[in-house]
Amino acid sequence: MNERPADGSVTAVSRLLGPDGYEVSCEECFARIDEYVELELEGADADERIPGFRNHLEGCPACHEDYESLRALVADGRS
Amino acid sequence: MAEPAPAIELERTDPPPAAAILPLHPGLAVARGYARARMEGVSDDPRTARAAESQAWLRSLRATGPERERAVRDLHALLLGAARFEVGRRRAALSHVRGEELDDIALQAADDATVAVLGKLGEFRGASRFTTWAYKFALLEAGVRLRRRAFQEREVVLDGEGWKRFAARRGSPTAAAEQSELLTALRDAIDEALTAHQRQVFVALALNETPVDVLSEQLATTRGALYKTLHDARRKLRDRLVAEGHLAAVPAGDRKEGIR
Repeated sequence: MNERPADGSVTAVSRLLGPDGYEVSCEECFARIDEYVELELEGADADERIPGFRNHLEGCPACHEDYESLRALVADGRS
Repeated sequence: MAEPAPAIELERTDPPPAAAILPLHPGLAVARGYARARMEGVSDDPRTARAAESQAWLRSLRATGPERERAVRDLHALLLGAARFEVGRRRAALSHVRGEELDDIALQAADDATVAVLGKLGEFRGASRFTTWAYKFALLEAGVRLRRRAFQEREVVLDGEGWKRFAARRGSPTAAAEQSELLTALRDAIDEALTAHQRQVFVALALNETPVDVLSEQLATTRGALYKTLHDARRKLRDRLVAEGHLAAVPAGDRKEGIR
């Protein structure tokens, strides 16, 4: 998006409209969320390995919460 | 997503006291002990050790007799720890819910996740540790229940209540004019470009921020089906706003695929 008002309205509209590019489905997100989390925690380029995953997390609040929980749980287990 | 599976018979102790629900996961001790017991002398290489640990879980869960019974108990303990971890993370938003009820939610989530994991062992491909793969079932079961519980006393609003958030914004006259123009275009697009179902789902999920698991229960459908509808609605709205010059076009290469 181009020039935007300073009051955040376009950010809010962008959130309404979701991510621009390709994204995986909720089903594929669930199928690969464990792999994505471990790749991230290992320092690998998870977004390169699983295209569209990050976009889905930005567009789907429920899957994003599941991702944050799994990442925190696995990271906690490593500490 | 799928409705909770029926409870299974598991050997268990009495429910833990409310104070036992902390942002910790006691199942971790199970996982570590399990791994240690299975890993002695196998390998110091992390990848090999990870694969061997996962295979040890699979072997025991596919065994018969006492070995399987013990492995199922270990799995349930692992998943109960994950479910309690999720309860702990969401506790602030559930301060009005009694601790005993949260204990029960965690236990139900662990029960159903155990059934799900046992039913899907053949789908484990080793892309992660077995424990990480199994955790996600408990977090999903617990998360869905907790989102629905947190929303239980609230009404699912299907009209344009969420527009009030935009009306409350203030800025310069130029910014206000741009906002007004964009929002008018978006509202027109919602009214004219979407089907009735797409409009209902878009307004509930995106505009009013109703949790998808709450709406899926209300409409007797799944998270995935609702999100696909939302995705299609967003695509229509974006295409229209781009065509009208309100938004910049996205490079074609980024849009060649959508949700299947």
